[in-house]
Amino acid sequence: MSGILNSSIGRKFAMALSAFFLMIFVLQHFAINLLSVLSPDTFNEVSHFMGTFWVIQYVIQPILIIGVIFHFVMGFVLEIKNNKANGVKYAKNNGAANSTWMSRNMIWSGGFILAFLVIHFIDFWIPEINTKYIVGDMSGMHNGEFRYFHELQEKFVPIWRVALYCVGFVFLALHLLHGFDSAFQSVGANNKYTKGLKGFGKAYAIIIPVGFIFIALFHHFNH
Amino acid sequence: MNLTLKIWRQKDSKAKGQMVDYKVTDISEHMSFLEMMDVLNEQLVNSGEEPVAFDHDCREGICGMCSMYINGEAHGPDRGVTTCQLHMRMFNDGDTITIEPFRAAAFPVIKDLVVDRMAFERIQQAGGYISVNTSGNTQDANSIPISKHAADEAMDAATCIGCGACVASCKNSSAMLFVGAKVSQYALLPQGQVEAADRVQNMVAQMDLEGFGNCTNTGACEVECPKGISLENIARMNREYLSATLKG
Repeated sequence: MSGILNSSIGRKFAMALSAFFLMIFVLQHFAINLLSVLSPDTFNEVSHFMGTFWVIQYVIQPILIIGVIFHFVMGFVLEIKNNKANGVKYAKNNGAANSTWMSRNMIWSGGFILAFLVIHFIDFWIPEINTKYIVGDMSGMHNGEFRYFHELQEKFVPIWRVALYCVGFVFLALHLLHGFDSAFQSVGANNKYTKGLKGFGKAYAIIIPVGFIFIALFHHFNH
Repeated sequence: MNLTLKIWRQKDSKAKGQMVDYKVTDISEHMSFLEMMDVLNEQLVNSGEEPVAFDHDCREGICGMCSMYINGEAHGPDRGVTTCQLHMRMFNDGDTITIEPFRAAAFPVIKDLVVDRMAFERIQQAGGYISVNTSGNTQDANSIPISKHAADEAMDAATCIGCGACVASCKNSSAMLFVGAKVSQYALLPQGQVEAADRVQNMVAQMDLEGFGNCTNTGACEVECPKGISLENIARMNREYLSATLKG
């Protein structure tokens, strides 16, 4: 067990586990964001709960941060190892003949998602941490009202930010189009359910990012 | 057919190779790719040049020796065939064909298109077998009941000829389809159960030691495999390995 991360299969297993965790996180993030379109009041209440409940703040959030860091670091480590395993580059290589663009470019889609995450953290997470833990305001209120919905709307006023987020979500879709069923294959799940799972994975990879894009555009045009 | 060939020429394992252009004429579309290479070599010998070194043996798709990377694909553009089974009718008159050796750090070039695939042998030696006492009282294999489904799947895995097309096609130079097939063919049969845990751990350890890359599930290996070895074998190897390792 101790040396599992030293083996190629152990590393892909760990990569898959962190991917499952992140995919569940993205799903719940999307579900909560969707509330901002359906019911701003509910969105405010759920946001306040997520932002103040100790289990989420002090247990789930650190696990999430570790999961994100692990997934990115391991992704880059594997890329370096894989490049080392390659010999001289082919003069002519027809990768499109046997694999999808998404599967061959996970490092690039992942890299762009990382860049997007940095922007996203600067936009939302760092101000939130600052308000709650540096300023010390855990009330979630501003001028007698919950601040979450208002802050979200304000963020999506500039069109450049909306465009930037849309590009980020496109890369998320490209990453998930390969990543979803790749994670199942990595944990050894390739059986009679795989075909159905691949269909579900494609739906997940498209619906969630398109949904995020819709939410960003909705708030931009309904401000 | 008249063709232009761009072929990787490398004097020996230490030399720096390069692509060299050749012209071949009057190639029949019924020829196999290796027969076309024979024509080229005859032409080179007649003109006093060094013929192109390439691996070949049975020339009927069984031995796994032929190993060219043709127009950007292992064993060329056809599906389910080795280079010796690839026919010139897959190409058109006037085509330029790029021919390279299988590329991977674990498959160093010996000369021209010949690569050293002994890494596969060492992986096999690490566990790709069952230990049977052959002292004369060996149990008849047919006396052990095996389900048709398991026997079929084991046979499918056993059709791997170890040509290395999976490694050559993989953007990570991963050998997991080969090792997955070898692990699976025993994991599916009762005879393979006794040594199953040691087998998968030792073969994966050797695979990693040889410097093959990490599988990222692009599926290129499955598409380019001349024997149609399925990705299910990699998933089975993952299960076998994780189960063996986590149990300790």
